Amino acid sequence: MKYAFYPGCVARGGTPELLVSANAVMDRLGIEREEIVSAACTGAGVLQERNQKLGDALNVRTFALAERMGVPIMTICSTCQGVMSQANRRVLRDPEYLAEINEVLAEEGLEYKGTTVIKHLLWVLVEEIGIEELQKTFTKELSGLNFAPFYGCYIVRPSDALGFDEHPERETSLETLIEATGAVAVENSGKTKCCGLPILLINQSNAIQMVSNHTGEAKDMGADAMVTPCPLCHLNLDGYQPKAAKRRPSGKIDLPILHLPQMLGLAMGMQPKELGLQRHIISTKDVVAKAAAAPMAVS
Amino acid sequence: MEQTLRVKRYDPENPESEGYQEYTVDVAETTTILDALLTVREDVDGTLSMRCSCRASICGSCAMRVNGQAKLVCKTRVNSVSPNGETVTIDPLGNLPVIKDLVVEFKPFWDKMKVVKPYLQPEGVVPVAEYLASDGDMAHLVGVVNCIQCGACVSDCTVLEVDPSFLGPAALAKAYRFVKDPRDGHQKDRLGALNESSGVWDCTRCMQCVEVCPKDVDPMGRIMLMRDMAMESGFNNTSGSRHTDSFAKSVKKNGRLDEAKLAIDSMGMFNVPAMLDSAPVGIRAMMKGKFPWKAHKSSEPEKVKRVFEKIEGE
Repeated sequence: MKYAFYPGCVARGGTPELLVSANAVMDRLGIEREEIVSAACTGAGVLQERNQKLGDALNVRTFALAERMGVPIMTICSTCQGVMSQANRRVLRDPEYLAEINEVLAEEGLEYKGTTVIKHLLWVLVEEIGIEELQKTFTKELSGLNFAPFYGCYIVRPSDALGFDEHPERETSLETLIEATGAVAVENSGKTKCCGLPILLINQSNAIQMVSNHTGEAKDMGADAMVTPCPLCHLNLDGYQPKAAKRRPSGKIDLPILHLPQMLGLAMGMQPKELGLQRHIISTKDVVAKAAAAPMAVS
Repeated sequence: MEQTLRVKRYDPENPESEGYQEYTVDVAETTTILDALLTVREDVDGTLSMRCSCRASICGSCAMRVNGQAKLVCKTRVNSVSPNGETVTIDPLGNLPVIKDLVVEFKPFWDKMKVVKPYLQPEGVVPVAEYLASDGDMAHLVGVVNCIQCGACVSDCTVLEVDPSFLGPAALAKAYRFVKDPRDGHQKDRLGALNESSGVWDCTRCMQCVEVCPKDVDPMGRIMLMRDMAMESGFNNTSGSRHTDSFAKSVKKNGRLDEAKLAIDSMGMFNVPAMLDSAPVGIRAMMKGKFPWKAHKSSEPEKVKRVFEKIEGE
């Protein structure tokens, strides 16, 4: 299966290690893809505050570009996934609204017919590649490692826009992948809550308290690292963790925040640099060492 | 079929006994969580405290957390949360003080409702009879008027969890109901108050309220509309409005987001204390090679710009 690749702005901005590691892992899995280079930002819900139709039109333009390529969209950003899924649901429910947007897009010869499927890499792995195929690429069994899943908001809510009814396995997809590597998925109450990033530049104190609560709890539960499919969550949970640590009684947290492909890359035996693991604010040294010492995979 | 409920117990007269208690009751396909809890209270343990009244998702009394998520228990069938007979965990609503077992104190909820002045404040000549509004003007408010003030959204709000001063989804949805009422004469005052801290800009857009609302009130959607209305009314001097403006400008120019500029614009160009406060974060990012120095672009930014121009011009 080929995909229209949509990396999202943050993978090309504040989290370059996400793009590097995703490409490395997708190459190893032989996932064929072509980037939609003309696509705009999804608006991340921010543009939608100002003008929902504008945000929807930018996304419908992306759907039309992928439709022309004749393949599903694959993203590596939960926020992009959520915003695109919501836009797609709105236009599919309201043909008149879609027609209005198509009129705007007609100028560049585009028309969205409503057939584009949008899937995060997380879902592609669980639903299309399958755990068995994925495990064939693993050379390490990460037993002895404990990873706390952190979904964030946009890939779990609103659940009816994200196809949870047809795909109930999405609810635990991150735990499924963590366990597929041989690691333990550490239950934590923050895993589907907000990381705080959307208000980081508006109410930093609240945003940092969220980082402190989530990473602090996961650390207390014995996690070696947190794993997220969302680069925006990563930005806040990693970048602001030093500030958040000051709010813990011990004054420290030191929980590395791995992007989903980085964890998979470790199970594939890739080198830390191939996965951009040196580009984290919270050092990944310990988790890299544990992964290096992990036994060879038997599959 | 037998069903086990794991119920949070708390007795203020015996606080050290706080914890979960398991009850097993017989349930049928149509049994709701409320039916099961009433069976516990009537037949097994009369000391269990809970609120309920109408049993028809109208009164809003029986909201509580089922497996960690706020729900009206009269509207929730046991088999919808326990398809294979798994144990179901019941907690009181979150973000409100617990009085006993599943009963929470609603005073903070009502206090915030009062803050948004949940009543009509008309201006001008007093009509002979009632204040009239057209059906068209009121139809779009039906969704928000449907709020039964059950507290589910407040329970699961991720901002209230870290900041009890936030007005919260229920009060803000109520505020929207009056901001958008054509008979009200204080729209600008209301938006000015909502533009202050603890108001519309403190929502983190996590969609918990949208997900758990049993009446599809969509509090977050209302909050986003009020942000736009506040900016349109001239309340532009907040980090929130600068954030939204900067975001839109960068996507219009490059087709993509310029993260570094977004941070600077949101703080305000001359907000030296905020810049200094954030400097260590920026420096750490630079040292790790993850500072977004250069704005990346769509391969066809002019086409993205045309979409902006056409829709903004509508």
